Amino acid sequence: MADKLHFSLVSPERELYSGLVDQVDAPGTEGDFGVLAGHAPFMTTLREGQVVVRNDGGETLYEVRGGFADVSATGLTILAEHAVLVAP
Amino acid sequence: MASLKEMRNRIGSVKATQKITKAMQMVAAAKLRRAQDAAQSARPYAERMASVIANLAQGVSGESAPRLLAGTGADQRHVLVVATSDRGLAGGFNTSIVRAARERISSLRAAGKDVKLIVVGKKARDQLRRLHADKIIEFYEAGGSPSMDVAQAVADRVTALFEAGEVDVVSMVYSRFQSVVSQVASVKQLIPAEVAADAPPIDLKGAVYEYEPSEEAILETLLPRNLTIQLFSAMLENQAGFYAAQMTAMDNATRNAGDMIASLTLQYNRTRQAQITKELIEIISGAEAI
Repeated sequence: MADKLHFSLVSPERELYSGLVDQVDAPGTEGDFGVLAGHAPFMTTLREGQVVVRNDGGETLYEVRGGFADVSATGLTILAEHAVLVAP
Repeated sequence: MASLKEMRNRIGSVKATQKITKAMQMVAAAKLRRAQDAAQSARPYAERMASVIANLAQGVSGESAPRLLAGTGADQRHVLVVATSDRGLAGGFNTSIVRAARERISSLRAAGKDVKLIVVGKKARDQLRRLHADKIIEFYEAGGSPSMDVAQAVADRVTALFEAGEVDVVSMVYSRFQSVVSQVASVKQLIPAEVAADAPPIDLKGAVYEYEPSEEAILETLLPRNLTIQLFSAMLENQAGFYAAQMTAMDNATRNAGDMIASLTLQYNRTRQAQITKELIEIISGAEAI
Protein backbone atom coordinates (compact mmCIF):
# COMPACT_ATOMS: atom_id res chain seq x y z
CA MET A 1 0.00 0.00 0.00
CA ALA A 2 1.38 3.34 -1.03
CA ASP A 3 1.53 6.32 1.29
CA LYS A 4 -1.65 8.20 1.84
CA LEU A 5 -2.26 11.83 1.12
CA HIS A 6 -3.60 14.19 3.71
CA PHE A 7 -6.52 15.98 2.16
CA SER A 8 -8.83 18.67 3.46
CA LEU A 9 -11.68 20.43 1.73
CA VAL A 10 -12.93 23.58 3.40
CA SER A 11 -15.59 26.10 2.45
CA PRO A 12 -16.14 29.40 4.26
CA GLU A 13 -18.94 27.86 6.28
CA ARG A 14 -17.33 24.62 7.34
CA GLU A 15 -14.79 21.91 6.82
CA LEU A 16 -16.26 19.27 4.51
CA TYR A 17 -13.51 16.72 4.52
CA SER A 18 -10.33 16.11 6.41
CA GLY A 19 -8.36 12.92 6.46
CA LEU A 20 -6.05 10.54 4.67
CA VAL A 21 -6.95 9.47 1.14
CA ASP A 22 -5.37 7.67 -1.80
CA GLN A 23 -5.93 10.22 -4.55
CA VAL A 24 -7.77 13.45 -5.27
CA ASP A 25 -8.74 14.77 -8.71
CA ALA A 26 -9.56 18.45 -8.92
CA PRO A 27 -10.43 20.95 -11.66
CA GLY A 28 -7.69 23.59 -11.95
CA THR A 29 -8.17 26.70 -14.08
CA GLU A 30 -5.51 25.44 -16.44
CA GLY A 31 -6.63 21.83 -16.51
CA ASP A 32 -7.72 19.03 -14.26
CA PHE A 33 -5.08 17.47 -12.10
CA GLY A 34 -4.72 14.49 -9.83
CA VAL A 35 -2.79 14.51 -6.60
CA LEU A 36 -1.16 11.51 -4.97
CA ALA A 37 0.94 11.37 -1.84
CA GLY A 38 4.34 12.99 -2.29
CA HIS A 39 3.19 15.41 -4.99
CA ALA A 40 5.50 18.34 -5.68
CA PRO A 41 4.50 21.63 -4.02
CA PHE A 42 1.99 23.30 -6.25
CA MET A 43 -0.76 25.85 -6.08
CA THR A 44 -3.57 26.70 -8.43
CA THR A 45 -6.88 28.47 -8.66
CA LEU A 46 -9.93 26.33 -9.31
CA ARG A 47 -12.71 26.56 -11.83
CA GLU A 48 -16.21 25.17 -11.44
CA GLY A 49 -16.22 21.41 -11.45
CA GLN A 50 -16.04 18.21 -9.49
CA VAL A 51 -13.52 17.13 -6.94
CA VAL A 52 -13.16 13.36 -6.79
CA VAL A 53 -11.74 11.86 -3.63
CA ARG A 54 -10.58 8.26 -4.03
CA ASN A 55 -9.99 6.24 -0.94
CA ASP A 56 -9.88 2.46 -0.38
CA GLY A 57 -11.54 1.82 -3.72
CA GLY A 58 -14.43 4.18 -2.96
CA GLU A 59 -15.12 7.57 -4.45
CA THR A 60 -16.53 10.71 -2.92
CA LEU A 61 -17.71 13.49 -5.20
CA TYR A 62 -17.91 17.17 -4.39
CA GLU A 63 -19.12 19.99 -6.56
CA VAL A 64 -16.90 23.04 -6.09
CA ARG A 65 -16.98 26.55 -7.44
CA GLY A 66 -14.08 28.97 -7.22
CA GLY A 67 -11.25 28.83 -4.77
CA PHE A 68 -7.74 27.45 -4.51
CA ALA A 69 -5.88 24.23 -4.18
CA ASP A 70 -2.62 24.13 -2.31
CA VAL A 71 -0.34 21.12 -2.38
CA SER A 72 2.46 21.27 0.14
CA ALA A 73 4.54 18.82 2.09
CA THR A 74 1.69 18.56 4.58
CA GLY A 75 -0.85 17.51 1.96
CA LEU A 76 -3.54 18.94 -0.23
CA THR A 77 -5.83 21.72 0.92
CA ILE A 78 -8.73 22.92 -1.17
CA LEU A 79 -10.21 26.25 -0.17
CA ALA A 80 -13.45 26.41 -2.12
CA GLU A 81 -15.78 29.36 -2.25
CA HIS A 82 -18.69 26.98 -2.56
CA ALA A 83 -18.58 23.25 -2.05
CA VAL A 84 -21.32 20.63 -1.78
CA LEU A 85 -21.27 16.89 -1.43
CA VAL A 86 -22.69 15.23 -4.54
CA ALA A 87 -22.25 11.51 -4.03
CA PRO A 88 -20.89 9.58 -1.07
CA MET B 1 -44.95 54.92 52.32
CA ALA B 2 -46.45 53.42 49.19
CA SER B 3 -49.95 52.08 49.47
CA LEU B 4 -50.56 48.34 49.39
CA LYS B 5 -52.12 48.55 45.95
CA GLU B 6 -49.10 50.40 44.59
CA MET B 7 -46.80 47.77 46.00
CA ARG B 8 -48.89 44.97 44.52
CA ASN B 9 -48.66 46.62 41.14
CA ARG B 10 -44.93 47.05 41.53
CA ILE B 11 -44.45 43.36 42.33
CA GLY B 12 -46.62 42.45 39.36
CA SER B 13 -44.55 44.57 37.02
CA VAL B 14 -41.25 43.16 38.26
CA LYS B 15 -42.65 39.65 37.77
CA ALA B 16 -43.63 40.49 34.20
CA THR B 17 -40.14 41.87 33.54
CA GLN B 18 -38.60 38.74 34.98
CA LYS B 19 -40.63 36.61 32.59
CA ILE B 20 -39.30 38.63 29.66
CA THR B 21 -35.67 38.46 30.75
CA LYS B 22 -36.01 34.74 31.43
CA ALA B 23 -37.42 34.16 27.94
CA MET B 24 -34.67 36.28 26.38
CA GLN B 25 -32.05 34.32 28.27
CA MET B 26 -33.35 31.04 26.96
CA VAL B 27 -33.62 32.30 23.40
CA ALA B 28 -30.06 33.66 23.60
CA ALA B 29 -28.81 30.33 24.94
CA ALA B 30 -30.38 28.46 22.05
CA LYS B 31 -29.06 30.91 19.47
CA LEU B 32 -25.65 30.97 21.11
CA ARG B 33 -25.15 27.30 20.39
CA ARG B 34 -25.87 27.80 16.71
CA ALA B 35 -23.73 30.94 16.47
CA GLN B 36 -20.88 29.18 18.23
CA ASP B 37 -21.08 26.24 15.83
CA ALA B 38 -21.05 28.62 12.88
CA ALA B 39 -18.06 30.52 14.23
CA GLN B 40 -16.15 27.33 14.95
CA SER B 41 -16.85 25.67 11.62
CA ALA B 42 -15.75 28.79 9.76
CA ARG B 43 -12.45 28.83 11.57
CA PRO B 44 -10.58 26.15 9.54
CA TYR B 45 -11.14 28.09 6.32
CA ALA B 46 -9.83 31.33 7.76
CA GLU B 47 -6.85 29.57 9.30
CA ARG B 48 -5.92 27.72 6.13
CA MET B 49 -6.34 30.90 4.15
CA ALA B 50 -3.98 32.71 6.51
CA SER B 51 -1.35 29.99 6.27
CA VAL B 52 -1.59 29.88 2.48
CA ILE B 53 -1.10 33.63 2.32
CA ALA B 54 1.79 33.52 4.76
CA ASN B 55 3.26 30.87 2.52
CA LEU B 56 2.86 32.96 -0.60
CA ALA B 57 4.03 36.16 1.04
CA GLN B 58 7.41 34.62 1.73
CA GLY B 59 7.93 34.13 -1.97
CA VAL B 60 6.63 37.48 -3.17
CA SER B 61 8.43 40.58 -2.04
CA GLY B 62 9.64 43.95 -3.17
CA GLU B 63 8.17 45.62 -6.21
CA SER B 64 6.10 42.68 -7.41
CA ALA B 65 4.12 42.36 -4.17
CA PRO B 66 0.45 43.32 -4.54
CA ARG B 67 -0.44 46.47 -2.64
CA LEU B 68 -3.09 44.74 -0.56
CA LEU B 69 -0.27 42.75 0.95
CA ALA B 70 2.52 45.30 1.04
CA GLY B 71 0.47 48.42 1.75
CA THR B 72 1.04 51.84 0.26
CA GLY B 73 4.19 52.38 2.22
CA ALA B 74 2.53 55.18 4.15
CA ASP B 75 0.81 55.13 7.52
CA GLN B 76 -1.19 58.33 7.47
CA ARG B 77 -4.81 57.64 6.58
CA HIS B 78 -6.54 55.00 8.62
CA VAL B 79 -9.93 53.38 8.20
CA LEU B 80 -11.45 51.56 11.14
CA VAL B 81 -14.19 49.03 10.55
CA VAL B 82 -16.16 48.89 13.79
CA ALA B 83 -18.46 45.91 14.04
CA THR B 84 -21.07 45.48 16.75
CA SER B 85 -24.54 43.98 16.88
CA ASP B 86 -27.74 45.67 15.80
CA ARG B 87 -29.46 45.10 19.09
CA GLY B 88 -28.70 45.78 22.69
CA LEU B 89 -29.63 44.16 25.99
CA ALA B 90 -26.37 42.31 26.06
CA GLY B 91 -24.58 43.87 29.01
CA GLY B 92 -21.35 45.61 28.15
CA PHE B 93 -20.86 43.78 24.87
CA ASN B 94 -21.32 46.66 22.43
CA THR B 95 -19.98 49.27 24.82
CA SER B 96 -16.68 47.45 25.17
CA ILE B 97 -16.26 47.28 21.39
CA VAL B 98 -17.09 50.96 21.03
CA ARG B 99 -14.75 51.83 23.87
CA ALA B 100 -11.91 49.96 22.17
CA ALA B 101 -12.74 51.81 18.95
CA ARG B 102 -12.73 55.18 20.72
CA GLU B 103 -9.39 54.47 22.34
CA ARG B 104 -7.98 53.49 18.99
CA ILE B 105 -9.38 56.64 17.36
CA SER B 106 -7.95 58.95 19.99
CA SER B 107 -4.55 57.30 20.00
CA LEU B 108 -4.40 57.52 16.19
CA ARG B 109 -5.52 61.15 16.27
CA ALA B 110 -2.99 61.95 18.95
CA ALA B 111 -0.34 60.58 16.60
CA GLY B 112 -1.58 63.01 13.95
CA LYS B 113 -3.24 60.44 11.68
CA ASP B 114 -6.45 60.82 9.74
CA VAL B 115 -9.19 58.45 10.80
CA LYS B 116 -12.33 57.42 8.97
CA LEU B 117 -14.92 54.94 10.18
CA ILE B 118 -17.00 52.26 8.57
CA VAL B 119 -19.55 51.00 11.04
CA VAL B 120 -21.34 47.69 10.96
CA GLY B 121 -24.25 47.30 13.36
CA LYS B 122 -26.76 49.83 14.62
CA LYS B 123 -25.22 50.00 18.08
CA ALA B 124 -21.84 51.06 16.75
CA ARG B 125 -23.50 53.75 14.68
CA ASP B 126 -25.60 55.07 17.54
CA GLN B 127 -22.75 55.19 20.01
CA LEU B 128 -20.08 56.52 17.69
CA ARG B 129 -22.33 59.16 16.16
CA ARG B 130 -22.18 61.22 19.32
CA LEU B 131 -18.49 62.01 19.17
CA HIS B 132 -17.31 60.95 15.75
CA ALA B 133 -20.21 61.64 13.40
CA ASP B 134 -17.92 63.49 11.00
CA LYS B 135 -15.67 60.47 10.56
CA ILE B 136 -18.30 57.88 9.67
CA ILE B 137 -18.23 57.29 5.94
CA GLU B 138 -20.45 54.25 5.70
CA PHE B 139 -22.93 52.28 7.73
CA TYR B 140 -24.07 48.69 7.30
CA GLU B 141 -26.62 46.77 9.29
CA ALA B 142 -25.24 43.63 10.86
CA GLY B 143 -28.47 41.77 10.14
CA GLY B 144 -30.08 38.92 12.03
CA SER B 145 -27.30 36.47 11.32
CA PRO B 146 -23.93 37.23 9.76
CA SER B 147 -24.10 36.89 6.01
CA MET B 148 -21.43 36.69 3.39
CA ASP B 149 -23.24 39.50 1.57
CA VAL B 150 -22.56 42.08 4.25
CA ALA B 151 -18.95 40.95 4.60
CA GLN B 152 -18.59 41.16 0.83
CA ALA B 153 -20.13 44.64 0.72
CA VAL B 154 -17.78 45.92 3.41
CA ALA B 155 -14.80 44.27 1.74
CA ASP B 156 -15.71 45.77 -1.63
CA ARG B 157 -16.04 49.21 -0.13
CA VAL B 158 -12.72 48.92 1.68
CA THR B 159 -10.97 47.60 -1.41
CA ALA B 160 -12.43 50.39 -3.53
CA LEU B 161 -11.18 53.00 -1.06
CA PHE B 162 -7.78 51.40 -1.01
CA GLU B 163 -7.54 51.06 -4.78
CA ALA B 164 -8.51 54.71 -5.13
CA GLY B 165 -5.56 55.54 -2.93
CA GLU B 166 -7.68 57.12 -0.22
CA VAL B 167 -6.45 55.01 2.67
CA ASP B 168 -3.19 53.49 3.80
CA VAL B 169 -4.18 51.21 6.66
CA VAL B 170 -7.44 49.40 7.32
CA SER B 171 -8.12 47.66 10.58
CA MET B 172 -11.21 46.36 12.27
CA VAL B 173 -12.55 46.46 15.79
CA TYR B 174 -14.70 43.53 16.88
CA SER B 175 -15.23 41.24 19.78
CA ARG B 176 -13.14 38.11 19.84
CA PHE B 177 -15.06 35.17 21.21
CA GLN B 178 -12.88 33.47 23.78
CA SER B 179 -15.51 31.64 25.72
CA VAL B 180 -19.09 32.03 26.83
CA VAL B 181 -17.98 34.15 29.76
CA SER B 182 -15.22 36.07 28.05
CA GLN B 183 -15.36 38.17 24.92
CA VAL B 184 -12.49 40.51 24.28
CA ALA B 185 -12.82 43.61 22.17
CA SER B 186 -9.84 43.53 19.84
CA VAL B 187 -8.33 45.31 16.89
CA LYS B 188 -7.20 43.40 13.81
CA GLN B 189 -5.33 44.85 10.89
CA LEU B 190 -6.75 43.97 7.47
CA ILE B 191 -4.68 46.01 5.02
CA PRO B 192 -1.78 45.63 4.62
CA ALA B 193 -2.47 41.96 5.27
CA GLU B 194 -0.80 40.85 8.43
CA VAL B 195 1.41 37.88 7.86
CA ALA B 196 2.18 35.82 10.89
CA ALA B 197 5.86 36.58 11.39
CA ASP B 198 6.39 33.51 13.50
CA ALA B 199 4.91 31.13 10.94
CA PRO B 200 7.42 28.36 10.48
CA PRO B 201 8.92 28.41 7.00
CA ILE B 202 7.63 25.45 5.06
CA ASP B 203 10.25 22.90 4.26
CA LEU B 204 9.97 22.08 0.59
CA LYS B 205 12.85 19.64 0.69
CA GLY B 206 14.54 21.42 -2.17
CA ALA B 207 11.43 21.41 -4.37
CA VAL B 208 10.15 24.58 -5.96
CA TYR B 209 6.57 25.70 -5.57
CA GLU B 210 4.71 25.74 -8.84
CA TYR B 211 1.93 28.18 -9.48
CA GLU B 212 -0.95 28.01 -11.93
CA PRO B 213 -1.51 30.56 -13.41
CA SER B 214 1.16 32.74 -11.74
CA GLU B 215 2.07 33.62 -8.20
CA GLU B 216 0.88 37.20 -8.62
CA ALA B 217 -2.39 36.18 -10.24
CA ILE B 218 -3.18 33.83 -7.39
CA LEU B 219 -2.34 36.43 -4.77
CA GLU B 220 -4.44 38.98 -6.56
CA THR B 221 -7.57 36.86 -6.28
CA LEU B 222 -6.67 35.47 -2.90
CA LEU B 223 -6.11 38.74 -1.04
CA PRO B 224 -9.53 40.33 -1.63
CA ARG B 225 -11.06 36.97 -0.82
CA ASN B 226 -9.08 36.88 2.40
CA LEU B 227 -10.40 40.30 3.32
CA THR B 228 -13.98 39.13 2.97
CA ILE B 229 -13.26 36.00 4.97
CA GLN B 230 -11.58 37.94 7.76
CA LEU B 231 -14.57 40.26 7.98
CA PHE B 232 -17.00 37.38 7.82
CA SER B 233 -15.30 35.41 10.55
CA ALA B 234 -15.09 38.52 12.73
CA MET B 235 -18.82 38.98 12.27
CA LEU B 236 -19.44 35.36 13.19
CA GLU B 237 -17.39 35.78 16.34
CA ASN B 238 -19.28 38.95 17.13
CA GLN B 239 -22.55 37.12 16.77
CA ALA B 240 -21.50 34.31 19.09
CA GLY B 241 -20.13 36.84 21.58
CA PHE B 242 -23.32 38.84 21.42
CA TYR B 243 -25.52 35.91 22.33
CA ALA B 244 -23.14 34.84 25.07
CA ALA B 245 -23.14 38.35 26.52
CA GLN B 246 -26.90 38.58 26.20
CA MET B 247 -27.38 35.25 27.89
CA THR B 248 -25.20 36.31 30.82
CA ALA B 249 -26.83 39.72 31.05
CA MET B 250 -30.32 38.26 30.98
CA ASP B 251 -29.39 35.63 33.53
CA ASN B 252 -28.25 38.40 35.86
CA ALA B 253 -31.38 40.39 35.15
CA THR B 254 -33.58 37.41 35.95
CA ARG B 255 -31.75 36.85 39.21
CA ASN B 256 -31.94 40.53 40.13
CA ALA B 257 -35.65 40.53 39.40
CA GLY B 258 -36.00 37.49 41.68
CA ASP B 259 -34.18 39.29 44.50
CA MET B 260 -36.31 42.35 43.94
CA ILE B 261 -39.52 40.34 44.06
CA ALA B 262 -38.42 38.72 47.30
CA SER B 263 -37.63 42.01 49.00
CA LEU B 264 -40.74 43.72 47.68
CA THR B 265 -42.92 40.82 48.84
CA LEU B 266 -41.35 40.99 52.29
CA GLN B 267 -41.97 44.71 52.43
CA TYR B 268 -45.52 44.21 51.19
CA ASN B 269 -46.28 41.59 53.84
CA ARG B 270 -44.78 43.71 56.61
CA THR B 271 -46.80 46.72 55.57
CA ARG B 272 -49.96 44.66 55.36
CA GLN B 273 -49.31 43.17 58.80
CA ALA B 274 -48.59 46.62 60.23
CA GLN B 275 -51.84 47.89 58.83
CA ILE B 276 -53.82 44.98 60.30
CA THR B 277 -52.19 45.54 63.67
CA LYS B 278 -52.98 49.23 63.49
CA GLU B 279 -56.63 48.53 62.67
CA LEU B 280 -56.88 46.04 65.56
CA ILE B 281 -55.43 48.56 67.98
CA GLU B 282 -57.91 51.12 66.77
CA ILE B 283 -60.84 48.75 67.26
CA ILE B 284 -59.68 47.62 70.70
CA SER B 285 -58.96 51.09 71.98
CA GLY B 286 -62.28 52.21 70.53
CA ALA B 287 -64.06 49.40 72.39
CA GLU B 288 -62.22 50.20 75.61
CA ALA B 289 -63.25 53.82 75.40
CA ILE B 290 -66.88 52.79 75.42
